[in-house]
Amino acid sequence: MGRVKLPIGPQHPALKEPENFTITLDGERVVDVDIRIGYTHRGIEKLMESRTYTQNLYLVERICGICSYAHVENFTQNVEEILGIQIPKRAEYIRTLFLELERLHSHFLWLGVAGHEIGFDTLFMYTWQDREVVQDLLEMISGNRVNYAMNAIGGVRRDVCVEHQKKVLQGMDYLEKRAGYYKEVAINEKTILARAENVGILKTKDALKYTAVGPTARASGITVDIRKDDPYASYLDTPFDVITTNTNDVLGRVVVRVLEIFESIKIIRYLMAHLPAGEIVTKAPRKVPEGESISHTEAPRGEDFHYLRSNGTEKPERYKVRTPTLANLPALAEMLKGTYLADVPIIVAAIDPCMGCMDRVLVLKGNEKPGELVDGERLRRYSIKWYAERGWKA
Amino acid sequence: MKVPGKMLPKIIGFIVRKPVTVLYPKERLTPPETLRGKMKFHLDRCISCGLCARDCPSGACTMHEIDGKKRPVFDLDYCTFCAQCAESCPKDAIEMTSEFELAHYKKGEAIVK
Amino acid sequence: MVCGKGVEGIDILLTLLYLFIFPGFLFLFAFSLFTEYLDRKIYARMQRRVGPPFLQPFADLVKLAAKEDVVPEKAEHFMFTAAPIIGLAAIFAAYLYLPIVSSTGLHSFNGDLVVVLYLLTIPTLAMFLGGWYSGNVFGQKGGMRVASLLFSYEIPFFLALLTPALIEGSWKMADIVHFEISHPLEFIVSLLGFVIALIALQGKLERLPFDIPEAETEIVAGPLVEYSGRRLALFRLARDAEMVVGAGLLAVIFLAGPEPIVQLEPVYLSWIVGALVFLVKTLFVIFLLILMKSAVARIRTDQMISFAYKWLIPLALVQIFIAIMVRFLGGI
Repeated sequence: MGRVKLPIGPQHPALKEPENFTITLDGERVVDVDIRIGYTHRGIEKLMESRTYTQNLYLVERICGICSYAHVENFTQNVEEILGIQIPKRAEYIRTLFLELERLHSHFLWLGVAGHEIGFDTLFMYTWQDREVVQDLLEMISGNRVNYAMNAIGGVRRDVCVEHQKKVLQGMDYLEKRAGYYKEVAINEKTILARAENVGILKTKDALKYTAVGPTARASGITVDIRKDDPYASYLDTPFDVITTNTNDVLGRVVVRVLEIFESIKIIRYLMAHLPAGEIVTKAPRKVPEGESISHTEAPRGEDFHYLRSNGTEKPERYKVRTPTLANLPALAEMLKGTYLADVPIIVAAIDPCMGCMDRVLVLKGNEKPGELVDGERLRRYSIKWYAERGWKA
Repeated sequence: MKVPGKMLPKIIGFIVRKPVTVLYPKERLTPPETLRGKMKFHLDRCISCGLCARDCPSGACTMHEIDGKKRPVFDLDYCTFCAQCAESCPKDAIEMTSEFELAHYKKGEAIVK
Repeated sequence: MVCGKGVEGIDILLTLLYLFIFPGFLFLFAFSLFTEYLDRKIYARMQRRVGPPFLQPFADLVKLAAKEDVVPEKAEHFMFTAAPIIGLAAIFAAYLYLPIVSSTGLHSFNGDLVVVLYLLTIPTLAMFLGGWYSGNVFGQKGGMRVASLLFSYEIPFFLALLTPALIEGSWKMADIVHFEISHPLEFIVSLLGFVIALIALQGKLERLPFDIPEAETEIVAGPLVEYSGRRLALFRLARDAEMVVGAGLLAVIFLAGPEPIVQLEPVYLSWIVGALVFLVKTLFVIFLLILMKSAVARIRTDQMISFAYKWLIPLALVQIFIAIMVRFLGGI
């Protein structure tokens, strides 16, 4: 049939969020991949510059629905570092509890989505029913199932009472049983092995060269986990292991995520048993002095990196977000070359894409030469001019 | 040789059991009391400081002059139910209930006074 | 033909009744909608969901028939319209030869098993042609996948269905049914063939784990991607009817079809008993198909072809060898 250019996306049943992969096919083999992003760019970084820090707490968590708490954690860590305040120990433990609960619900969700991509709808339904247990726990403690709004600058807003702790431990027992079932069945099921073994190979040196992060990198044998390399919240106290496999394929990523569920359960049990007494928030001033700060956390998908620059007022000057999916995209392009067309959805799903977090758009029109580097100040003047032409005030 | 279909025993067990679906609106789940739903405003405790409107992230809470007193009005179309207004209020005049069935037909129909 | 004795006029009336109402087209229509309902309901219950109500497949068909029927500009209009009609017509024709109410179908002759198998291949070809002439690159890819699947499961299907005919010694389905009732142990001998035919039937119907052509997450409905409205309704009806006819064929060949346990004098009463027996056996085969669908993931085209040639065909050949040995040694 010759070489065919097949567009996967932006609307496609395999993708949960819009992005475009234009793959060049030779029969059933993928020869080349061209990735285009920018379909769900919402301009959150610009929006953050016109809101106060308290208002930004709720805007930052809406960058993503599944990894929302990791973004809020980064934001509050940035602001607290510039302010120089130390949050109470109990608040640190509660924050870690939420980070791990979010990892649980994200990994269960991913198992279901991966099952759906390879046609295994029964696995999809079962994992999402178990995920409801985590969602009910989150709703009980924080008041909402997604976008928990738990953080305040200086601590957390709600406390975990004894009744909640008991329910959390009950939930963990149930989830451990279910995760054990998935570890035994889903990893040893012959048809899943047929679809996931030796599919989407990413060799270790390629993973390092193309900056893969998170479970994608850990399945290629690279031991990188921000919780161990640069501990934040209360990860220095809690004991856990970093899961790596060295199979370099989609099956490795499945195994890493399923085993990480067990590690998260271990961490949550330790936290609930050792929750220190005390305050949950220290008062923070509204105006933040001038300064810069960076912060990174281990979101369920990988390393999430935020940068903040403040200028002494109560609104930030510049905020930048770099999410893990953006770091995994070049590795994805490398993984897709040479595979079958039928494997494209499962490989894309295996890096756990969260395009809503990741999107950014850079379209320059004018008399710039292609390939020219444009610095921040020139972009800023360009954007102000662009808005002024349309009658908007900055 | 591994035989496919490891999930079969559990699957067959589920055929005769009741499904987990909750048939809303005939059956309802009760939400926990900590759910952040519609807010309730106590006019007698308000001191017109305006901190709630200043801290609202979406502009749902705005100050209006009604009957000679400056007081907030909440538009549920913009509200994100974050409860920051309840936290910022120094006199606890705003409290969040767990009422969440707030669908309405026209913009501007759901205003909490 | 049907009852052989009686008044000429009643004979013609009964034939028309057989052809159109029961167990003819109307019965097939109702039964295929019922099997689609059972398929979706049991599949949902296995996943702890509720599943659709009883009239859902009928409502789907009515809704599709009422929708706008769009023919894309790049598609070949004649073939695009002809493909679903040819598929549905072939299924209905194959249905008429199945013994449903008595041990003979509408017309029984030596070799009708081969005719039914041949007619069952046509819907697959119709889907391939429909996808190819859609003018859409997804449709063409789906059509090519349908054609590559055709090479993998047709051979084990034919070989496995050959086995009871070999044991019995003729190509006539009526004789096979009679033979199985008088020799019930024959089922044990052809058990391996039953399993192989079941797996190959799942591939023929393009259901999980072999639903590569219509893989929703990969090529957006494969060959059916450009179909809408009445033509899509015809394709869906053809798919459901193919499940009934395929499962019915398996029930007839391996499980001895509709043997009227008691020969009641008014012909239509024995028809009803025979139809009920046929229904129960077909539903059993369909239940096995649903179990297979819910426990596995989808496998790729090349994996399916290697599975068929490495496992199914050799096992089918072993089964034929066993059948020849039994016939030779047992002298049955």
